[in-house]
Amino acid sequence: MSTLSSEITAGFDVERVREDFPVLKQTVHGKPLVYLDSAATAQKPSCVVDAIRHFHEVDCANIHRGVHELSQRSTAAYEETRIKVKKFLNARSTQELIFVRGTTEGVNLVSSSWGRHNVKAGDEIVISAMEHHSNIVPWQMLCEETGAVLRVIPMNDRGELILEEYEKLLGPRTRMVAVAHVSNALGTINPVGQIIEMAHNAGALALIDGAQSAPHIHVDVQALDCDFYAFSGHKVCGPTGIGILFGKTELLNAMPPYQGGGDMIRTVTFAKTTYADLPYKFEAGTPNIAGGIGLGAALDYMTAIGLDKIAAYEHELLVYGTEKLLQIPGLRLIGTAREKAAVLSFVMEGIHPHDIGTVLDREGIAVRTGHHCAQPVMDWFNVPATTRASLAFYNTVGEIDALADGLRIVKEVFS
Amino acid sequence: MVDDLYQETILDHSKRPRNCHTMDDANRQAEGYNPLCGDKLKLFLRVENDIVQDVSFVGSGCAISTASASLMTESLRGKTRAEALALLDKFHDLLTTDSPVTKDLGKLVVFCGVREYPARVKCATLAWHTLKSALTADVPDPVVTTE
Repeated sequence: MSTLSSEITAGFDVERVREDFPVLKQTVHGKPLVYLDSAATAQKPSCVVDAIRHFHEVDCANIHRGVHELSQRSTAAYEETRIKVKKFLNARSTQELIFVRGTTEGVNLVSSSWGRHNVKAGDEIVISAMEHHSNIVPWQMLCEETGAVLRVIPMNDRGELILEEYEKLLGPRTRMVAVAHVSNALGTINPVGQIIEMAHNAGALALIDGAQSAPHIHVDVQALDCDFYAFSGHKVCGPTGIGILFGKTELLNAMPPYQGGGDMIRTVTFAKTTYADLPYKFEAGTPNIAGGIGLGAALDYMTAIGLDKIAAYEHELLVYGTEKLLQIPGLRLIGTAREKAAVLSFVMEGIHPHDIGTVLDREGIAVRTGHHCAQPVMDWFNVPATTRASLAFYNTVGEIDALADGLRIVKEVFS
Repeated sequence: MVDDLYQETILDHSKRPRNCHTMDDANRQAEGYNPLCGDKLKLFLRVENDIVQDVSFVGSGCAISTASASLMTESLRGKTRAEALALLDKFHDLLTTDSPVTKDLGKLVVFCGVREYPARVKCATLAWHTLKSALTADVPDPVVTTE
């Protein structure tokens, strides 16, 4: 073991953390599972699984409706998560926090509800060259509907946004700047504080896609001063199908409801419906109650370990992994930003990512191969796809060594 | 074992694909696209009197899709349209069912290992879906995707 790896182990008890994740204790194709696909979805600690089980076995009832004991318990547990999210993001109030299915729905809520009422023909929406499809397509749809124009902040060879070019894109017609905090395909951490400030100076709003930042970086929506911030529960070790949209109160109040139905109303007659106050105005229908409760448990878990500790440990893994992979001849990293989260996206000369992924899978190593829902990023780097190893705080240096060994086998197969 | 998938013939055809060029006198062509992995393929056919006289392809893809396209071009020459489409059905069965491997698939049997890798079936069938489109579409240059 190298000096670096022993230093890492000394500062962070990863073996103890791994005890919390039963899924990691298995073999795949006869080899110990090496899960390097956390940017797609993070694994779930036992406390999250237990919280969901407890809800279904003990407290199961619909929320906000019944006067009976179970309904009160489930409502309290679900709403408790909103309080936890308020702390997690440092929001001003729980009314700024809307439960959604995930980041994608959060972006769609804003593009639909805010967009249709505030964007007109000739207005401009600014996104970046490294966005996930979920922060491209909703804005494209809005532009098609309204006649607004989509502008794209370019990036450099390392996969960093070029802020001088961004400055030039901003103008009196800019209504919204929507960018990822962390790129899922490249790992780039964008300087969103500066990006938001520049948007505000131009009179525009700013939405941050937090899908890849919430699990890895301590996020403070007040310090960032973002207008909207969305993240997914399943990437912060919570369940799928639940996420959060943060929005500033005055903006959310001025926006029309996203969907109509139960729970989002105050009174309904056939002549007129009045809507509920925030945040319920945006939460039609019975929500993913179990998911919300599971998300609360996940945030407790992440907070107990500490986002700052997680970020520091993952950074060490990234440094170690980068060094290891660069020792492999013919391997090229895609995304070498100076500020980077623990994502190792790469291509290997003459070997297609899908073939790499299949060979690694037979070694028990789970990576993502493909365009990572970021086709414009692939086009920019002129590659059809990449192989992506994305790391989390439950990964070890030993697993990075296993990846490097697996890639040597890949080279043997296709030599 | 991963060697069951990447048999020698497949590796050979992926590194040195046969009939991998455009065709000036093609009278049918089609494009295939696998959005999942970004594989792209353009297929050229010269069909005369209902018989495939010549076939070639260009594109970029993984080892499985490239080898599949290469071996497909080798197995189509001289076949009638109906025979070519029948071969597609047999090839599809080879990849997706447990049915016994039939002799009339010839060299294509090297793809039998794909059965154990459901995620790779689309890679192996891209060229064949494109072939079907080229042989049956009403429009001159159809585009198919595996999604």
